Amino acid sequence: MPRARPKVVRLSLAKAPTGIQGLDEVTGGGLPKGRVTLVCGSAGCGKSLLAMEFLVHGAVQYGEPGVCMDFEETEEKLRANVASLGFDLRALAKHKKLLVDFVSIERNEIAETGEYNLDGLFIRLAHAVKAIKAKRVVLDSIEALFAGLTDSTMLRAELRRLFHWLEDHKLTAVVTGEAGEHTLTRHGLEEYIADCVIALDHRVTEQISTRRLRVIKYRGTSHGTDEYPFLIDREGISVVPITSLALAHQASTDRVSTGIPALDEMMEGKGFFRGSSVLVSGTSGTGKSSLAANFARAACARGEVCLYFAFEESPSQILRNMRSVGLHLEPSVKKRLLHFHAMRPTSIGLEAHLAAVHKLIEKVRPSVVVIDPITNLVSISGTYDVKSMLMRLVDFLKVEQITSMFTNLTFAGDPQERTAAAVSSLMDTWIVLRDSKPNGRPRRELYVLKSRGMAHSREPRELIVSERGLELGNVLRDHTLATTVAGPGSVAPAE
Amino acid sequence: MKKSSARKRRPAKSSRRAFYRLRLYIAGQTPNSIAAIANLKKICEDKLRGKYNIEVVDLLEKPQLAKGDQIIAIPTLVRRLPPPVKKIIGNLSKTESVIVGLDLQPVR
Repeated sequence: MPRARPKVVRLSLAKAPTGIQGLDEVTGGGLPKGRVTLVCGSAGCGKSLLAMEFLVHGAVQYGEPGVCMDFEETEEKLRANVASLGFDLRALAKHKKLLVDFVSIERNEIAETGEYNLDGLFIRLAHAVKAIKAKRVVLDSIEALFAGLTDSTMLRAELRRLFHWLEDHKLTAVVTGEAGEHTLTRHGLEEYIADCVIALDHRVTEQISTRRLRVIKYRGTSHGTDEYPFLIDREGISVVPITSLALAHQASTDRVSTGIPALDEMMEGKGFFRGSSVLVSGTSGTGKSSLAANFARAACARGEVCLYFAFEESPSQILRNMRSVGLHLEPSVKKRLLHFHAMRPTSIGLEAHLAAVHKLIEKVRPSVVVIDPITNLVSISGTYDVKSMLMRLVDFLKVEQITSMFTNLTFAGDPQERTAAAVSSLMDTWIVLRDSKPNGRPRRELYVLKSRGMAHSREPRELIVSERGLELGNVLRDHTLATTVAGPGSVAPAE
Repeated sequence: MKKSSARKRRPAKSSRRAFYRLRLYIAGQTPNSIAAIANLKKICEDKLRGKYNIEVVDLLEKPQLAKGDQIIAIPTLVRRLPPPVKKIIGNLSKTESVIVGLDLQPVR
């Protein structure tokens, strides 16, 4: 009789949700409940904010009052910081949801005359916890003790005792520590905090600042070791949880109109696959933005929500320009079906872009997204970074089944099919626009270079842009498909 | 520990001697706290000869008092009078440090 294999019971650690967008996803539910988490990073990286958000969300959303022992800031400064996020510390304190105890240790004020321990700190903490029946605690930043007191052996022993005390009392705690040169924290707190360590990073490269979060340790949970970009804005911290390129998204068979009936015809009569990515490339003035705007208009006409990221022109410019080609987008904007988001790509780092795009998509929940253009993103950093960022974005959009259209400017003189960031491999459909002047008469041309998963027509057609909108003209017999030069970043023409 | 007060002598208005009001924070009858009380009494007797008042505050009984004087270490001794306020921590075994830290003017 075969012996039954012993069952392995996986004990999953209980988690305390932080309420911080994206962080709960990254940690698989939040921070370890009843344990101590260390958040470390250099000055200004967002540790105190993360800790405060953890506390405030805990109190307001999850019914867990919290105590903050603040070793760093003065009361007014803390109140002001927190108020800028829309929280009212005073009200929270009044309703016994949050208590802040400001601990000040002035080195020059204190003389050490013999043995001592930190019982005073313990008593204050216990008193505060008892007063509001707190379930969460923040110590920010406990390393200030090392600056004020010289007996570091005693301090370390007391810290160990403090962390045990927190666990004994089943409090979920966040402790912040300043980044050290060779160690995670300046005074090696990571040695005492076994359960969870999160590192925040704030880099400035070429005058653009990027913020990243990394889960260094999370006992009992398989966590990604990647760095996740995050933003700090009016609503606090938002972490972008997308980083894995699992390629696990479902492929839809639904179709979405391109906005031009004749173009839909070229694509099995139905248009793009829902959730697919479309690249529209061409030199200046070939009609890329018009095509994108038309696509958006068609989506809104169906009652779908479209999010339009404008990286080159202001929304009012786009609206005006589209009016001149018979595309009236204002009604869609008024009906809140069409949302514009304009910004200069150089204003923030790529990670911040990604985070901002992600956040908006979560908020607006569009079914169609336009990014016009992606060309300038290359100016921020090297080509590799852009491709990496776009990969993550496209992956995210596919998982959400959002159909996306990206416009890209190719430069006159370059072979048509060379795209600035070689991003075409990320795209399911690739539409190329170009100008030509056969027999002296200028005309616009459009052809579908590729479209995965469908039998699309590869015949080039004339693109007619007039006050009536966009239409496709006849098939062009005298069109010559541009040839590519094989080289880095270029794509060989399809068969 | 109950409040203890030493012998007080009201200073005459013209006296140049300062009166020391000292508050010692402890947390229960730990060896450090007991030592601190004993050390403090000795130092005060030696150096201040009666012109002092010691108040012992046990934070285990009155935790809410820790915040006001920003107490984190135990024992902590706070000199409340004469101004300015001075704070020293430890069991007061290092007499010299206590004298310097409290800025005790020896009574003539």
